[in-house]
Amino acid sequence: MNLADSTQAMNNLLGSEADSQRTLYPYVTGTSVVGIKYKDGILLAADMGGSYGSTLRYKTVERLKPVGKHSIIGASGEISDFQEIMRYLDELILYDNMWDDGNSLGPKEVHNYLTRMMYNRRNKFNPLWNSLVLGGVKNGQKYLGTVSMIGVHYEDNHVATGFGNHLARPILRDEWHENLTFEEGVKLLEKCMRVLLYRDRSAVNKLQIAKITEAGVTISQPYALKTSWDLSAFKNPTAGAEGSW
Amino acid sequence: MTKQQANWSPYDNNGGTCVAIAGADYCVIAADTRMSTGYNILTRDYSKIIQLADKSVMASSGFQADVRALQKVLAARHLIYQHQHNKQMSCPAMAQLLSNTLYYKRFFPYYAFNVLGGLDSEGKGCVFTYDAVGSYERVGYSSQGSGSTLITPFLDNQLKSPSPLLLPAKDAVTPLSESEAIDLVKTCFASATERDIYTGDKLEIVILNASGLRREYMELRKD
Repeated sequence: MNLADSTQAMNNLLGSEADSQRTLYPYVTGTSVVGIKYKDGILLAADMGGSYGSTLRYKTVERLKPVGKHSIIGASGEISDFQEIMRYLDELILYDNMWDDGNSLGPKEVHNYLTRMMYNRRNKFNPLWNSLVLGGVKNGQKYLGTVSMIGVHYEDNHVATGFGNHLARPILRDEWHENLTFEEGVKLLEKCMRVLLYRDRSAVNKLQIAKITEAGVTISQPYALKTSWDLSAFKNPTAGAEGSW
Repeated sequence: MTKQQANWSPYDNNGGTCVAIAGADYCVIAADTRMSTGYNILTRDYSKIIQLADKSVMASSGFQADVRALQKVLAARHLIYQHQHNKQMSCPAMAQLLSNTLYYKRFFPYYAFNVLGGLDSEGKGCVFTYDAVGSYERVGYSSQGSGSTLITPFLDNQLKSPSPLLLPAKDAVTPLSESEAIDLVKTCFASATERDIYTGDKLEIVILNASGLRREYMELRKD
């Protein structure tokens, strides 16, 4: 590799015609996923939008999926890459079940698998263009983690992807506490999703909330949030600029 | 107009600072627990320190995914070493392994800034400091990461390390006691936290001595 001319080398690495095989940019994308730990387990929330650039093209995209008995995954970013990740995860769980040894992959293990997968794709300069949230409960232990498209990963009591990091995490840092009840947890998530709906242009008003406890996984039916646009500033927005629209 | 590219970088800087100080019969390794990206804090409670062997502890800041991968590679190599030699790796041996592992990826580096601390075969404290591609040196103390520019001059002032050019070589380990060294580390981080946005939240201190390994924590400013 001729390192003396690095710009040309970088261009070759990242954009020559022969490289139509690697991911260059995302096409259909999902926006934020928000997750919190609560008393009995984990709650994840994500809307059902699949944007095609600035067009809100798809509105029934399920971005929250169960993984085995003990985990749920939420994905933002390229939807087709998420579908591929689900194929890998379903295969992982299948082989785990085929051992038939009474053991099953917990959320920690699945998170580790995802981290290694994302990091290895990043190493090959062909990333899976997603930010993932992985939550679950096994043997009473709650787990909530996240992985980015370049392999940056961590676990915490509350996590979010994309815009959720900017808008939801501050709310959660202020209002999250240990042993939230289910109702309190849902209310908190809805507060975050409402702010995202107001302020993230890729958000759609149709969301699902997924719950995972020791007992199992439940993903809610899609529903919409109540919004309030009767702030005086919204009522007559052109009041200060007659003729504007 | 040329095609729009959503350019992505395989690297990110997740911030953080690491410090290590070698004493006559102990070693102090410390790092903050903040993980950031850009102007965001991702989490306030992420450990950058890992015990690689009985007497080797590594603290690394930089790109977290690379740091984690590096930790895993070293831990796996140490396990193999134990299987083959039926003993733990010494700290100087681990130091060489870390250097070689980093240089192995000389043309797509681990974006990790490491300090390796521990006890050498004589039980004396040792600290090794690295750059991202494996260049290393044994020193009496070191700091790496986002706050290193703030901490290193302060340690130079407080620890007055002898020049590595002196002949005969003078011992680089500090004459400070273990508790004095720990106090010094706490002061370093309290100061770095004031001025470096990527340093803060909590300080994790690992102390290695003849009795084994011990951990201490100290709260830092969260802003």
